[in-house]
Amino acid sequence: MMRHLLSAGDLTRDDALLILDTAAELARLADRPIKKLPTLRGRTIVNLFYEDSTRTRTSFEAAAKRLSADVINFSAKGSSVSKGESLKDTALTLEAMGTDAVVIRHWASGAPHRLAGWVRGSVINAGDGTHEHPTQALLDAYTIRRHLGGVDGRRVAIVGDILHSRVARSNVTLLHTLGAEVTLVAPPTLLPVGVESWPCAVSYELDGVLPKCDAVMLLRVQRERMQAAFFPTSREYSRRYGLDAARLALLPEHAIVLHPGPMNRGVEIAAEVADSPRSVVVEQVANGVVVRMAVLYLLLGGGEPALAGRAAEPAAAAIGGGW
Amino acid sequence: MARARVDDSVAPPIPADLLDRGFRSVLDASDIGRALTRIAHEILERTRGGHDVVLLGIPTRGVPLANRLAERMSHVESRPIPVGSLDVTMYRDDLRLRPARTLGRTDIPAAGVDGALVVLVDDVLFSGRTIRAALDALHEVGRPRAVQLAVLVDRGHRELPIKADYVGKNLPTSRAEQVAVRLTEIDGVEGVFVGPADRTRTAGADDPSHPPQYDPGVPALHGGAR
Amino acid sequence: MNRWLLRGGRILGGDPADILIAGDSIAEIGAGLTAAGAEIVDAGGLVVLPGLVDLHTHLREPGREDAETIESGTLAAALGGFTAVHAMANTDPVADTAGVVEQVWLAGHEAGHCDVAPVGAVTVGLAGERLAELGAMADSHARVRVFSDDGRCVADPLLMRRALEYVKAFDGVIAQHAQEPRLTEDAQLNEGEVSARLGLAGWPAAAEESIIARDVLLAGHVGSRVHICHVSTAGSVELIRWAKARGIAVTAEVTPHHLLLTDDLAVSYDPVFKVNPPLRTAADVAALRAGLADGTIDAVATDHAPHPVEAKECEWAAAAPGMIGLQTALSVVALAMVETGLLDWAGVADRMSIRPARIGRLTTHGRPIAVGSPANLTLIDPTARWVVEPSVLVSKSRNTPFLGKELPVRVVHTFLHGTPTVLDGKPA
Repeated sequence: MMRHLLSAGDLTRDDALLILDTAAELARLADRPIKKLPTLRGRTIVNLFYEDSTRTRTSFEAAAKRLSADVINFSAKGSSVSKGESLKDTALTLEAMGTDAVVIRHWASGAPHRLAGWVRGSVINAGDGTHEHPTQALLDAYTIRRHLGGVDGRRVAIVGDILHSRVARSNVTLLHTLGAEVTLVAPPTLLPVGVESWPCAVSYELDGVLPKCDAVMLLRVQRERMQAAFFPTSREYSRRYGLDAARLALLPEHAIVLHPGPMNRGVEIAAEVADSPRSVVVEQVANGVVVRMAVLYLLLGGGEPALAGRAAEPAAAAIGGGW
Repeated sequence: MARARVDDSVAPPIPADLLDRGFRSVLDASDIGRALTRIAHEILERTRGGHDVVLLGIPTRGVPLANRLAERMSHVESRPIPVGSLDVTMYRDDLRLRPARTLGRTDIPAAGVDGALVVLVDDVLFSGRTIRAALDALHEVGRPRAVQLAVLVDRGHRELPIKADYVGKNLPTSRAEQVAVRLTEIDGVEGVFVGPADRTRTAGADDPSHPPQYDPGVPALHGGAR
Repeated sequence: MNRWLLRGGRILGGDPADILIAGDSIAEIGAGLTAAGAEIVDAGGLVVLPGLVDLHTHLREPGREDAETIESGTLAAALGGFTAVHAMANTDPVADTAGVVEQVWLAGHEAGHCDVAPVGAVTVGLAGERLAELGAMADSHARVRVFSDDGRCVADPLLMRRALEYVKAFDGVIAQHAQEPRLTEDAQLNEGEVSARLGLAGWPAAAEESIIARDVLLAGHVGSRVHICHVSTAGSVELIRWAKARGIAVTAEVTPHHLLLTDDLAVSYDPVFKVNPPLRTAADVAALRAGLADGTIDAVATDHAPHPVEAKECEWAAAAPGMIGLQTALSVVALAMVETGLLDWAGVADRMSIRPARIGRLTTHGRPIAVGSPANLTLIDPTARWVVEPSVLVSKSRNTPFLGKELPVRVVHTFLHGTPTVLDGKPA
């Protein structure tokens, strides 16, 4: 059974559905006066955040606390980490303190994978560099399922800085696993070399894609990308790829607009779109808590994790040789 | 698998998987029906018409039993009886013994449970731990004025001070014996069966009242769009 | 007098013969030789190669003695069958003056495990702004002939042109680390499907190829030699082939790891696979093997790059790039080229000794195994296999992707100027 959640690609279709179904049950809790469950009482979960992220960190914290776990927040600033303590030493310190799970957000792709080699507990990837953000993809799929009745066969467009987006990578993989049809929309400079091998379509034109979408996911585009010549100006980016009111009208009636946040109002999403009833951005945040509760429960609630995971593909080590 | 037939001259059919393991039938479909009818009347009698009764079935098989009780009671009283389900997975005391279990559906009727007489409904009462968990779960839902317990089968061997208020059948068993309940809504067949000790199981690994190998591939959750 | 009789070795894999070493040279070669007072070495079943010459090694001394010293690095070289190594200039202080190169040369001489030919930096401090005193380094005791800013690319085209021209005066050669800096800022892995999936910034092949294209054209224009370090892409091989066909005096080297390993090894995010230039695709590996086989690529050079444990026991992006390779080089080349039938032992001798010695202008290495030649030899067991255990490695660092793996071919004896540095696989 899979001890960690490092990448959306590690989840089988059954795993993903189990998480979404569990989250749906947990969501019913939210209507109760007492929102706590005793399930993870006595477990210690550490939030190890090397990047600032109040939103994700508090979401995981809320999820852990609703399951009665003890939460320790370890942020990069003002700790031994900021004084240059290595990831390995931090991991060993956490082990010594008796940690059942580490939720890690890190600026380096692959940091959770390295961490997993140094701790005995579960490692949950809360976002590593430009690689993956699996719980974000899970809450996005959950949100889509709630509004559209399912994910299978739905058409989802992901628009924005795909090249630097861990949210995009996780979503492409997970939505594909759940049977959705994904189209990436971005200027060519913001699409990775090698995207042709991803299980999705690619388009440079947003207007052509919108009328056929059931859901549009907008990614944050950082203005700093202008300095590295990914696009000439924010203005040009908005004009060609921003979801404004006119483009909103191109969407089918039932289509929803998602955004992982934080939003750059006026760049990738117009203010009136962000505030329109089609936007489910606020709901995504609430869904994030129950989805993360489901993940924590399935990994830690029993004697062993309940997620099967995909068998790792053996790295095709060498040609010839065969070692 | 064959359905139970009301025919006294033929022994009630035993599902193949249970037959292979040496199970025998102790209640057939009609026995179950009669027991439920009796329990429904008992509840109405003791609560003088069941005006504030809320039935909550404990997944998995407590749920169809609760639904059947509600149907019988509302038939007699000519008014709907609130019925729902209460999943106890998160409150179990044996969570760490096995991988995290799939959650069952919790469906509290719209009027809630505050001030109501909640009757928990389950198929088998054994150690009592499931009911202990159900009381904890119920505690988080609201504050009933009283809680009672209706079970189809009481097989003894309580490990906690818990008793059932309404019992379909008292079934003395040895600790090691296994009790399997089959209900049409879930299993396609109907009956209560008793079988010999399972030598392949590790001792003390499970809560005997909800032993895993007698859940023949029950779907984790009912419905839910996919 | 120092006399050694090597009995029954197969010179370049040919028929068995006896070799008599007297003093520092080969005195006699024949069958059934006897020699009074000579130490006998049973070389039955062993292949005799000229001592290997590495054009590209990082000995880290001065400055990073925690990772390697000239003593430990040259010992690793001897155990790997090398009798001469070129020590790259990116030390601390940088080897950009006669003083530093002489210090390195002397330390190598005193360690005595193999000849150390220091490489001089092209630019002061490797900063890429102005030329270092190349002439002074050439005239020093170290007699530097190979100049390189390796670690960094000489990116300024004008500076590269000047350097290429300037070293003609003393038959020097500029060895370019081909990596256009603007295209590879903070690059982590070959730009392709794997890097896209893993979220690691890409290092495009075009960043290597564009520099090679520029530099072969410059070398052709000014009529000088140019050497390309650690070629890693199929496109680079094609460019070098094109340049050679036009008579441009370009030479090139490839590392053992680029002949075997591909970028999908990075999926584990283990930085032992992080190297500069990065591991590339299977198509690149195939093209490099073909290029080495047909001589487009002249030499195998290890780019032995020791790093302390903490530089690799971290996140990929924070890890230092590089692998050690002196002790495993011959074995990996055997695995990639000999076992696949692409090169025979004579070919290995050519690519790992003869041509590198010629490029580095080393007169006593890479000579034919004949009477009168300097006795710089290595005797290897082509049928043996060995496991790369930490206890067997003498480098101060352990950053090799082959740790725990079983490799073919074992170096049994190495002779440096007639004196053994390695006997029976152990330091002599």
